[in-house]
Amino acid sequence: MAERQVITVVGGGVAGLCAAVALRERGHPVTVVERGLGPGRQSCSWYAGGMLAPWCEGETAEEPVVRLGQEAIGWWADRVPGVERRGSLVLAAARDGPELDRFARRTAAQPGVHHLLNDGGIAALEPALAGRFTRALYFPQEAHLDPRAAMAALSRRFCGLGGIIRYRTEADHLPRGLVVDARGFAARDALTDLRGVRGEMLMIRARDVRITRPLRLLHPRHPLYLVPRDPPNQFEGLYMLGATQIESEDRGGVTARGVVDLLNAAYALHPAFAEAEIVETGADLRPAFPDNLPRLRRRGRRLYVNGLFRHGFLLAPACARMLAEVVADPSFIPEIMDEDHRERSPA
Amino acid sequence: MNLYGVDLTARLLLGTAQYPSPAILAEAVRVSETQVVTVCLRREAAGERQGEAFWSLIRSLGVRVLPNTAGCHSVAEAVTTAQMAREVFGTPWIKLEVIGENDTLCPDVFGLVEAARILTEEGFAVFPYTTEDLVVAERLLAAGCRVLMPWGAPIGTARGLNNPYGLRSLRAHFPDVPLIVDAGLGLPSQAARAMELGYDAVLLNTAVAKAGDPVAMARAFGQAVAAGRQAYEADPMEPRDMAAPSTPVLGKAVLG
Repeated sequence: MAERQVITVVGGGVAGLCAAVALRERGHPVTVVERGLGPGRQSCSWYAGGMLAPWCEGETAEEPVVRLGQEAIGWWADRVPGVERRGSLVLAAARDGPELDRFARRTAAQPGVHHLLNDGGIAALEPALAGRFTRALYFPQEAHLDPRAAMAALSRRFCGLGGIIRYRTEADHLPRGLVVDARGFAARDALTDLRGVRGEMLMIRARDVRITRPLRLLHPRHPLYLVPRDPPNQFEGLYMLGATQIESEDRGGVTARGVVDLLNAAYALHPAFAEAEIVETGADLRPAFPDNLPRLRRRGRRLYVNGLFRHGFLLAPACARMLAEVVADPSFIPEIMDEDHRERSPA
Repeated sequence: MNLYGVDLTARLLLGTAQYPSPAILAEAVRVSETQVVTVCLRREAAGERQGEAFWSLIRSLGVRVLPNTAGCHSVAEAVTTAQMAREVFGTPWIKLEVIGENDTLCPDVFGLVEAARILTEEGFAVFPYTTEDLVVAERLLAAGCRVLMPWGAPIGTARGLNNPYGLRSLRAHFPDVPLIVDAGLGLPSQAARAMELGYDAVLLNTAVAKAGDPVAMARAFGQAVAAGRQAYEADPMEPRDMAAPSTPVLGKAVLG
């Protein structure tokens, strides 16, 4: 019976853990093998923004990201605390007005996903921004979460369901049964069309400015996103800054240029960010295929899920669902499964 | 068109930055029918070979690669980047950018001439990104450049040809030097106009990469460049004030 298959998930980043949960929820005995020390710590999920913003991503991402990403908000909210459904706000400096118009056009996938706010509307949502911007786009259905807290909560849920996670474990000797390979960029030894796309992030603490939902500041050269990172019901002024996307596989620390660009943009959002304390910097590689879309790929008894690019928390739930569907019915070919499905074993 | 001894039939050169994905970039290159793509090393590499995965995607496009020194603000930086580019891509071709002013990304033409001289002496085939200034053009040729690439407008502005008079004058002064309008274009009509002025080719990136449908826009630019060139070769008529009917009017009843 396919339902009883024993499954090992290699890689405890967001793709692996979501897959493990989806499989465990369908009754499979599942063990996650992770080389890192804790939930998500040694994966690029650790540096994620945690924005569940499928419609905003439609600015550059292709249609499947927008559609599949819409599953994410409900999926996470049903399983972990701390999913904030406060929408997102897209801003541009007065001289970059055309950027806002372009963003509005490119993200109008369905009517009503965003609406234009004037200065009064912006101040009503985020009083700290009063008088600073005259126009903004508001995406009311979008949400955000704290990726590290979410990974910890999802791990607890998985173990509560009877799943097993082995940290500090290399996947050298895998037991018999199906293997779900969710190693991210490390899987390039097997997936040669995978590449790393570098991202850089900063965590800052700015108690003088209170922002309650993700902001995106559009800029022709240095776009920025800012995501509030405070624990629930507590104001510490913690924010994550990010957005850089560099075609490089350099894993080195954040560059001076990266820091300057991010902080400059934050300063343009609100001058009080100039006084912020820099709490953490980070850089890592997002695994991506040439079309920047995720893939399921089967080779023998190994099912790969990879290439979530900059959309880990957004696309992991949909990828996990499709992966579980493939496990349940090996003749099923979901849309993100590529040509290698020919190798599907006649189970 | 012959650039440093290489014969090319396509007169559109395409940049490879800022596309939604490498797959879309590859498709844009294919439909544009370009034979030369530019690629930036500096931002992506930080001096190591860390951009290798992306560069091999570029190499796999099957077109000639023109590495560039985009983002360099000094002669030393530009020269070092060019040397690295030669090693990575195995080509002496280099699009030389030395930026002098950060807001407009206006070329530092003094640094440009200096870097062009150094690189030419080292055996590079230099494609200098310059302004439409005639004297700078003279100096670049004296420094060893055999191709000139004046801007249409500042990089990424989509303003088209800011100074058609200057570009026409440059064309008239250097009838035998390959001239390529580089940067500032937003629309295929602007590319066609550059070609109608007698320019040998057009180089652009943002106008395609940042279009809602980069592949469709790449095709449109490819067609506009070809149309503009054909129009130039067809020797267009001069504008005139008096209407000239295309069929004879003499003998028509109304004239009686």
